[in-house]
Amino acid sequence: MTEYNFAYLDEQTKRMIRRAILKGLAIPGYQVPFASREMPMPYGWGTGGVQVSAATLTPDDTFKVIDQGADDTTNAVSIRKFFERTAGVATTTKTSDATVIQTRHRIPEEELTEDQILVYQVPIPEPLRYLEPRETETRKMHSLEEYGLMHVKLYEDISRHGHIATSYDYPVKVEGRYVMAPSPIPKFDNPKMEMPAIQLFGAGREQRIYALPPYTEVVSLDFEDHPFDPSKAPHPCGLCGAADSYLDEVITDDQGGRMFVCSDTDYCESRRAAGYRGAMAGEDA
Amino acid sequence: MTPLLSVRDLTKRYGARIGCADVAFDLYPGEVMGIVGESGSGKTTLLNCLAGHLAPDTGEVIFDTRADGPLDTLTMSEPERRMLGRTDWAFVHQHARDGLRMGVSAGGNVGERLMAVGARHYGNIREQAVDWLGRVEIAADRVDDRPTAFSGGMQQRLQIARNLVTGPRLVFMDEPTGGLDVSVQARLLDLLRGLVRDMGLSAIIVTHDLAVVRLLADRLMVMKDGYVVETGLTDQVLDDPQHAYSQLLVSSVLQV
Repeated sequence: MTEYNFAYLDEQTKRMIRRAILKGLAIPGYQVPFASREMPMPYGWGTGGVQVSAATLTPDDTFKVIDQGADDTTNAVSIRKFFERTAGVATTTKTSDATVIQTRHRIPEEELTEDQILVYQVPIPEPLRYLEPRETETRKMHSLEEYGLMHVKLYEDISRHGHIATSYDYPVKVEGRYVMAPSPIPKFDNPKMEMPAIQLFGAGREQRIYALPPYTEVVSLDFEDHPFDPSKAPHPCGLCGAADSYLDEVITDDQGGRMFVCSDTDYCESRRAAGYRGAMAGEDA
Repeated sequence: MTPLLSVRDLTKRYGARIGCADVAFDLYPGEVMGIVGESGSGKTTLLNCLAGHLAPDTGEVIFDTRADGPLDTLTMSEPERRMLGRTDWAFVHQHARDGLRMGVSAGGNVGERLMAVGARHYGNIREQAVDWLGRVEIAADRVDDRPTAFSGGMQQRLQIARNLVTGPRLVFMDEPTGGLDVSVQARLLDLLRGLVRDMGLSAIIVTHDLAVVRLLADRLMVMKDGYVVETGLTDQVLDDPQHAYSQLLVSSVLQV
């Protein structure tokens, strides 16, 4: 396409975003302010992630977008088409073929490599937000490493539910320094964040970028007597039989029928292609 | 004996107007000092300067820290000052809503300071929270209720529990009984007096209620227009006021 500059944004904007990304990588977990642009999509649809992807993509990249693990939902399809049109990059749904993966609320099941970049869409980058509404104060708390308040949230969970009921956007501490919101990924994915790939987080409305370099130490916060538990539904996938993947619950009829399937569609499909069969895969697979 | 808090030439101006000027005093461990005066006399400004909430223009506030002995809190780094603010110091606001997290349960409110200084064992935190609620006469079954479900007097007691849980040595109180009815005031004062005596706390209490200082304070400082006009033992100042303003203040109290 010639009507658009490569990857939609102009070069100066991409440079500005790259500077923010580099600063974020230099200070893992620190929220770098950046001048977020209006994008041709509503806030909450991944404007932050799209800007980070646009600044990261090169013409040789292969791009993949996942939304809650799936490649075929509205958000994933429209962002993938957006970059097909504006950047003309190759796109894929296969995790292992992609070099840049933009994700909303999941980390792929398949282990990522050092050659890949994972871009997260972040709605609320400030982990302390719901406890401390003042931005000036939360910034001060980050700079002075005052994170006792984060445990107040976990305390409230236990006192109300008997266990830490926070199941997504579970706060983590990065390299023993910054407390970071991992975007609303399920806490099942938290342990995967110590990975070989670069992880970039973009929050468009809140105008923040933060990042995790490869192999960064990421520790989920917990109490000594209530340790972190990366839980998932205690079932195997109904289609591919995988027992180690994060599952979506799908209601199949109004008689109480339901099935659990991998939320990572690419993982599920490649397993089925390799011959694995789940208990409910029988007729249509 | 080293004074716990030693204040020298403290002045805070708001532009051309004076907040408080040339305040100097020593507070010794276990001592309770009252600051009285009319509205606008600089009491709260002084307290905020002492507690590090406001930066005074000139002066020294020297606090006898546990680890390093006497240090000027105005020149120490902000992390150190904030650390003092959640360990050795406590600040009881006039309105409990300013000092509490209204969206967090009573237990979480009390536990916050413990978690802020590194407590990471849920069972222990909760045990201490329940213990402290008991000490301020809040029933243990209210531990998971939010402060919004509490009466004004209970909120104020909860605020006190939340502040004292880390065993501070110096408590700043800004009109702790303001806005409470008299019977609740009496119970709160009784409770405060017990806690101050039991824990050997030093306290600075700002109030315009002379009954409060009569009950709690060992020493009294009378302020007028930003200046300290009279200091002395509480009974001495209240029974034999020397300065014209102190005489006016004492004689203004309604006798029932």
